[in-house]
Amino acid sequence: MFDELVEFFDFQFALEILPQLLEGLLITVQASLVGFALAAILGLLMALGRRSENELIAQPVGAVVEFIRSTPLLVQLFFFFYVLPRYGLRLPPFIIGTIALGLHYGTYTSEVYRAGIDAVDTGQWEAATALNFSPVRVWTAIILPQAIPPMFPALGNYLVAMFKESALLAAITVNELLQTGQVIGTRTFRYLVPITMVGLLYLLISYPSSMIVRKLEARYAN
Amino acid sequence: MQTNENPTAGTADPIVRFENVTKAFGELVVLRELDFSVAPAEKVTIIGPSGSGKTTILRVLMTLEKPNAGYIYVEGEPLWHKRKNGKLMDADEGHLRKVRGSIGMVFQHFNLFPHMTALRNVYEAPVHVLGMNKEQAIARAEDLLGKVGLADKKEHFPSQLSGGQKQRVAIARALAMRPKVMLFDEVTSALDPELVGEVLSVIRELALEGEMAMLLVTHEMGFAREVSDRVVFFDNGRIVEQGPPEQLFGDPQNPRTKSFLGATLRH
Ligand SMILES: Nc1ncnc2c1ncn2[C@@H]1O[C@H](COP(=O)(O)OP(=O)(O)OP(=O)(O)O)[C@@H](O)[C@H]1O
Ligand SMILES: [Mg+2]
Repeated sequence: MFDELVEFFDFQFALEILPQLLEGLLITVQASLVGFALAAILGLLMALGRRSENELIAQPVGAVVEFIRSTPLLVQLFFFFYVLPRYGLRLPPFIIGTIALGLHYGTYTSEVYRAGIDAVDTGQWEAATALNFSPVRVWTAIILPQAIPPMFPALGNYLVAMFKESALLAAITVNELLQTGQVIGTRTFRYLVPITMVGLLYLLISYPSSMIVRKLEARYAN
Repeated sequence: MQTNENPTAGTADPIVRFENVTKAFGELVVLRELDFSVAPAEKVTIIGPSGSGKTTILRVLMTLEKPNAGYIYVEGEPLWHKRKNGKLMDADEGHLRKVRGSIGMVFQHFNLFPHMTALRNVYEAPVHVLGMNKEQAIARAEDLLGKVGLADKKEHFPSQLSGGQKQRVAIARALAMRPKVMLFDEVTSALDPELVGEVLSVIRELALEGEMAMLLVTHEMGFAREVSDRVVFFDNGRIVEQGPPEQLFGDPQNPRTKSFLGATLRH
């Protein structure tokens, strides 16, 4: 039985390609973290933009957010990868990939920010007005510190989702985990072992991460 | 000594003056061409039935609601308007910030900042709005917490305080901004009955100190009688009757005042 498994899944080969796959995993993790940091910042800016009293800001921001959210990430990746260089903007695929991830997921996190900000009691805004705080101070010292902690579970879910979806970066030649597995496959004409290992490596990170997010959910649920 | 003659009432320099102020929410008219003023250091209590517009008076003054028409002056300066070439234009945020600086408010539901300690709730605005030096602001916040009887709770977060303690922190927080007029909107009505007394006694002391004008909305008639220079009976968007407390409570003239007081006193 073990012999059959060894015949079916070549452990020797698996061990050989592991270092290369781990390098790919590192790129995947980096793209996810940088993309997520971007999404966290862009999402806040989009949420604030949409709340602006100035319609000349709120409307266009709203339109752009809806547009990005309603089109596939893969289309956005191709757009940046193939179209921008035609206009002289040449960026490394990793940079293009993380910007696209950040922008796309920023439209999701902007909804999380919106809900989080709306959940802050109106009495907090009124007390802030009565104490005459400046608008910047109201946001940074009073509203956001209350709005953001309850958002951690939802943001964490998006981080895990983004980690998995970053496999799309393979389509624009970023040497992340999936791309690395594919390259090994084409080079050796053996796909079973590398692609299986790619899947397992994704699982290795995303499963414990989901567990952490679930802990966060339990903590902020009340 | 608490005096009921109010030397400055009716003279030319009220600290707050409403002129023809109208406020409506959609079809519902809540303030009807209200004329009303408060003299410096005067303690005025507004009483009236639920939904009559008492809170709205305080909210348009605190710039939490914008009036539909009329003018409000704070120390002679228009609040919702800006003087420009002899005309009054709609005020911008900068103007509102300047004028509302003389007004403070204590809310029914405290509205303390839950992520800050009691102490920081009190010193945050003096540091970041008044530009006070932080050590000084903290020292003063400690004094104010002492004054409301909470010196030992300064490191507590609001969630660790009782309702009465929260409301006393909220009073200290408003006092820290040294307002000339302080607004109190039914500040004891969200409290358990046994906690009402500790908050009222803090307000009573403030009233006795004297220099700050106070505008209170309350259902505590005994308290109103005790601290007010003037009691205003408000109904259906209008002032129905007003006067010194002994007169308004002891010898009301208007039948609506009589029936309101009759109903509340029976309860
Ligand atoms: N933001 C709002 N939108 C719509 N209607 C409002 C709003 N605020 C107040 N109202 C209405 O205006 C009327 C006056 O409200 P206000 O809160 O000033 O009354 P009040 O005299 O303070 O009553 P209470 O004694 O119950 O506190 C009420 O009918 C209330 O429902
Ligand atoms: Mg009210």
